[in-house]
Amino acid sequence: MNEVASSIPDDLDEMPAPRPLVQRPGPEATLLIREADLLDPAAGIEGKGDLLVEGGTISRIAEPGSIEAGPDVEVIEAEGLHVFPAFFDPHVHFRTPGQEYKEDLETGTRSAAAGGYAGVIAMANTAPPVSTPEQIEALRDRASHVASVPVGFTATVTRDMKGLELTDMAELRQAGAVGFTDDGLPIASPRILRRALQYQAMTGGRIALHEEDPELSGKGVMHEGAVSSELGVRGVPSISESTMIGRDSAIAGYEQGAIQVQHLSAVESIEQIRRAKADGVDITCEVTPHHLCLTDEAVRDLDASKHKMNPPLRTETDRQALIDALIDGTIDCIATDHAPHAIHEKEVPYEGANMGVTGLETAFSSVYTELVLPGRISLELLVEKLGCGGAPFGIEPFTLAEGSRANLCLVDLGAEWVVGEDGYESRSVNSWCAGEKLRSRVLVTVADGQVAFRLRTFSLGVA
Amino acid sequence: MRHLLSIDDLDQERIEGLLDRAESFAEVSKRDIKKVPALRGRTVVTLFYEASTRTSSSFELAAKRLSADVVSVKASGSSVEKGESLKDTVETLSAYDPAAIVIRHPQAGAAQMLSQWVDAAVVNAGDGMHQHPSQALLDLFALRQRIGSVEGRKIWIVGDVLHSRVARSNIQAFSMMGAEVTIAGPPTLIPRGIESSGCQVRYSLDGIEEADVVYLLRMQRERMAESFVPSIREYARLFQVNSRRLNPRQLVMHPGPVNRGVEIGGDVIDSDRCLISDQVASGLAVRMAILFELLAHGDPRETDEGPVPIGEPA
Repeated sequence: MNEVASSIPDDLDEMPAPRPLVQRPGPEATLLIREADLLDPAAGIEGKGDLLVEGGTISRIAEPGSIEAGPDVEVIEAEGLHVFPAFFDPHVHFRTPGQEYKEDLETGTRSAAAGGYAGVIAMANTAPPVSTPEQIEALRDRASHVASVPVGFTATVTRDMKGLELTDMAELRQAGAVGFTDDGLPIASPRILRRALQYQAMTGGRIALHEEDPELSGKGVMHEGAVSSELGVRGVPSISESTMIGRDSAIAGYEQGAIQVQHLSAVESIEQIRRAKADGVDITCEVTPHHLCLTDEAVRDLDASKHKMNPPLRTETDRQALIDALIDGTIDCIATDHAPHAIHEKEVPYEGANMGVTGLETAFSSVYTELVLPGRISLELLVEKLGCGGAPFGIEPFTLAEGSRANLCLVDLGAEWVVGEDGYESRSVNSWCAGEKLRSRVLVTVADGQVAFRLRTFSLGVA
Repeated sequence: MRHLLSIDDLDQERIEGLLDRAESFAEVSKRDIKKVPALRGRTVVTLFYEASTRTSSSFELAAKRLSADVVSVKASGSSVEKGESLKDTVETLSAYDPAAIVIRHPQAGAAQMLSQWVDAAVVNAGDGMHQHPSQALLDLFALRQRIGSVEGRKIWIVGDVLHSRVARSNIQAFSMMGAEVTIAGPPTLIPRGIESSGCQVRYSLDGIEEADVVYLLRMQRERMAESFVPSIREYARLFQVNSRRLNPRQLVMHPGPVNRGVEIGGDVIDSDRCLISDQVASGLAVRMAILFELLAHGDPRETDEGPVPIGEPA
């Protein structure tokens, strides 16, 4: 674990760099996955094979049926199943500290493991927000006891997310903050964002931005368009997002700062990202599974538990543009914005409900069902975009290559399940897929060498 | 029809059925004894989270005229003020085993949500800016009494459509019954993309002479502070409907309460062409019909028997 720094060292270049992600210690996996379909597009691994994990490390990949299990090796007969490098989600809300009735580090990482994730980055909009090095240290300590999947923590850009003063960014980095974000709120003041990006040149740590102009969003709670007009529900116009991206990418370009645009939702925003990338701005961006799969038509049921989130679900034109931008690389990764809320915060009339939906347990299956099966995107692209979310924060994507730590998931692409039927690993039930029948299911997840998840029915041999 | 949450729950035939039923209840209201025993022994709860005069009183009286026991709950002065959630309030009221709950709430979807929690029939008496179906039905009834069917008629809805649940229900209901609907108002108060619901959009009163019916919406003074209109004076100048703007055959409606001298000229209110008091009177008969259809009678299309007799005075 990292040393607690009580003051900033004279030479910032020599700041101790704590490991970005923290997981609880556990037994290292030793298992043989036999005759699986291995797929790791980045490493050029594709095809049927045996994969041996020894002491938490992928020690061998070989022809199907060629590896004999030694003593004390668990064997998984995986014919017809797929093995992918595990996924990484740079955008989750684990609600610790202060809102553990929604989620905590244990339930949140269990939820991640159930979705095939071996790494996540937790947002800082907790209660209170994570704005001090002591809070980062406390969170990392807690994760080292309960996190079944490695977690990285962000700190807020502004103190207590008030948008007025910068946090102690250098000390926060030293304490282990992987990046900075006021996610949940935009940084309304261009002056504050500019200062943060100037200061970032010294501290590092990408600044992730929830892009929304509060003046334009007003009291809106869904996409502004034909559906909101018919329903009489106040709308959030697409330009609320795109104008802020335009502003912030210009500031980032001017200061040569590094920004991540979170949960992209509108076609106008994609144009802003394309322009900024073409201009050489260090800008990366995320899209959520729900924005890839749903439109504002879904809001007609006024079911806040499934269909109220920020940014809102937009039109079919926006959705198709997001898919195209994912394919052409404008969008860097898929991130869930996993946002658990308690039932009593969602079981109220639509306009009064909290914003956000859970997504970790269904990310792969939902996009596989909605976009891969109909042929809209390839399986390779989905695996890659779910896997590369750590890169903007300096965390390399996981790989199946021999000699690397075991971060992988075993997936049955043929499985069919109804979301929520057997409950959730998350403490909250506000899944946007609740009650939907999905194809494909994660059966086993290995995270940094530990078996972090086994689907019960599969491990009992009844799947 | 199990609940009345939105005009979407209805079709032309169902609306005709409700209006026919309302006509027989209008007859009842002319008798000396205005009460019928249809809902004797049953309980109707009215649950109002927003101030209301005409809608709440008209639903209460409608239920009483049908001989139901009525419990009226208003948000102010009740446990709602102590922070009780909608769900818990409804749980509490459900202990009375109500046959129907009439709800008004400031947020869209409240009535629909309620309908998932209770066995009672739910009537939406206004949810946010979403729907107010009984208003649309009573407006159709008032028009039917005056001019018969609205099929092929031109109806202009003028004013703050953006913030109006009445406009949303009425655009749907008028269109469903075959009227041609135009909405008119300043662009800031016309919802984006509303044309897709099948109405014409105008930003002025030019051409209003084509309208058979002009339906005015309340213009709230707060809209000025929110920059939706520069001033009430300018709004009135551009969009006030008064006798000078109308020809004698054109009818004027308004869901109330009116801002005399803002969206509507006083000369119009006081004229015979104005249907405002017809609308209020229609409210009672139509709400009796709604409660009756939901509680005393199944779907008329599902039985071969004609309308169920309303019964003798109680």
